[in-house]
Amino acid sequence: MTDADGLLRGLAPQVLGHVARRYGRFDEAEDAVQEALVAAAVQWPDEGLPDNPRGWLIAVAVRRMNDRLRNDSARRRREERAALHEPAVLPPPVSDSDDSLALLFLCCHPSLTPASAIPLTLRACGGLTTAEIARAFLVPETTMAQRISRAKQRIKASGVPFAMPTGEVWADRLPSVLHVLYLIFNEGYAASTGALVARSELSSEAIRLTRMLHASLPADPEVAGLLALMLLTEARRPARTGPHGELVPLAEQDRSRWDQELIADGVELLTTALPSGAVGEYQLQAAIAAIHDEAPTPADTDWPQILALYGLLGRMTDNPMIALNRAVAVAMVDGPSAGLTRLKALDEQLAGHHRLDAVRGHLLEMSGHHDAAITHYRTAAGRTTSLAERDYLRSRAAQLSGEDRTPEGSGE
Amino acid sequence: MRYMLLMNYADTPGVPPMSEWAPDDARARGEAMMAIHQVLTESGELVGAEGLTGPEAAKIVTHDAVGAPVVTDGPFPESKELLAGYWLVDVESEDRAIEIAAMTSAAPGPGGKPMGKEIQVRPVMHGPRP
Repeated sequence: MTDADGLLRGLAPQVLGHVARRYGRFDEAEDAVQEALVAAAVQWPDEGLPDNPRGWLIAVAVRRMNDRLRNDSARRRREERAALHEPAVLPPPVSDSDDSLALLFLCCHPSLTPASAIPLTLRACGGLTTAEIARAFLVPETTMAQRISRAKQRIKASGVPFAMPTGEVWADRLPSVLHVLYLIFNEGYAASTGALVARSELSSEAIRLTRMLHASLPADPEVAGLLALMLLTEARRPARTGPHGELVPLAEQDRSRWDQELIADGVELLTTALPSGAVGEYQLQAAIAAIHDEAPTPADTDWPQILALYGLLGRMTDNPMIALNRAVAVAMVDGPSAGLTRLKALDEQLAGHHRLDAVRGHLLEMSGHHDAAITHYRTAAGRTTSLAERDYLRSRAAQLSGEDRTPEGSGE
Repeated sequence: MRYMLLMNYADTPGVPPMSEWAPDDARARGEAMMAIHQVLTESGELVGAEGLTGPEAAKIVTHDAVGAPVVTDGPFPESKELLAGYWLVDVESEDRAIEIAAMTSAAPGPGGKPMGKEIQVRPVMHGPRP
């Protein structure tokens, strides 16, 4: 991301907030601002940065907005009729940060599916173009444009105003905002589809938006927890893949390549958030990530502490992936057979899921049952849709069967 | 999650080959397929879809990187295993992919009767890409 890109993305929600408030039409305002951003991306590198980039964007977006309204004569007639019957209500002046926040809450509205909320948030709040979002998600631009336009129609139909939710509504809606940001981050981190470069940009975009949210809501411990979780996870990115894009598991990562600055930031956020009392899932996940990040070697990992945190998490969510990770922590504390016993309870819920086979393979390998471990690694490799994961699981199986073929080999 | 839905040339038991259908039946099936295409386009789930020409136009190529490539023209004894077309969809869940496959499978055959054609639902492998 260039400096100009960064500037545009930071300004995008402010400009859209301003225009949407002025016209009360989120749908059209979003299109007008997108056009202004594209114009800026084309003109600024050639003509130099305007003195007031924010004012420039607002002026261009307002001009586009007026064009849109003027071109649509039927709409204009409706406008005029409405104007005759309704007193003109001027929106109250608000700060840019309130606008950005209102926008984020609107885009992450619970009436939208994640598949719609994610691209809308990236476009409206993140200032990414439809083409960039389409590239990141490996779908044609027309497909992505359709999703965004449907999302906007849905918001329009739901009648949700462009305004900051208040009181109870606010508390109800924050979790879906955090969830969308978390999904955007994960899309970029887990790289489930798409080009690698575009993907890591999704993670940095999620971090940027969460930072913005945290700046507006510094006292909310779950917002801080989510930001901490992202930073503590992002810190490991440089060590997570090998030179050929192959997956390097946590225990084998070169920890000197972890980003200490991000770790320090994440730990500090968490240290402030945790004592506030309202402990939530993101803070607990961040705390687990922090324990991994702060261990100088895998052997130094405080597994009993991680197990205790998974215990707390397990009380808050019935997510089977949390239960799966907890089984790994059980194995690390009480030995692999205790972990394997835990896995049995997940057989039904996670039937056919590659991660269940992968974890079972790992725990069987830990307990010295190599043949069974190989079978499970191979099953997992056949079930995953990630090439990197498949290659990793296959190499794990190949390594084990190689060791077992060595006549003197003890296996471990 | 991306899924490829595949349909091949295999005959459906009890249904004559499409070349023997009444024109109205063939048209009705085409329209049903277009309607599905439209639904998937509007929902923003369609990544791509193509229908392929029949086995008559197919060629099979093999090459050992030494001699000239060997090109075999049809008809092929196993033409029912040839691909007839595909839909590439990006959906929220496997359940949705199955729902789309079912909708496609039930597209009408002769007499407007749902045909029940076999549709393969295959998760697409992903990344890393340069």
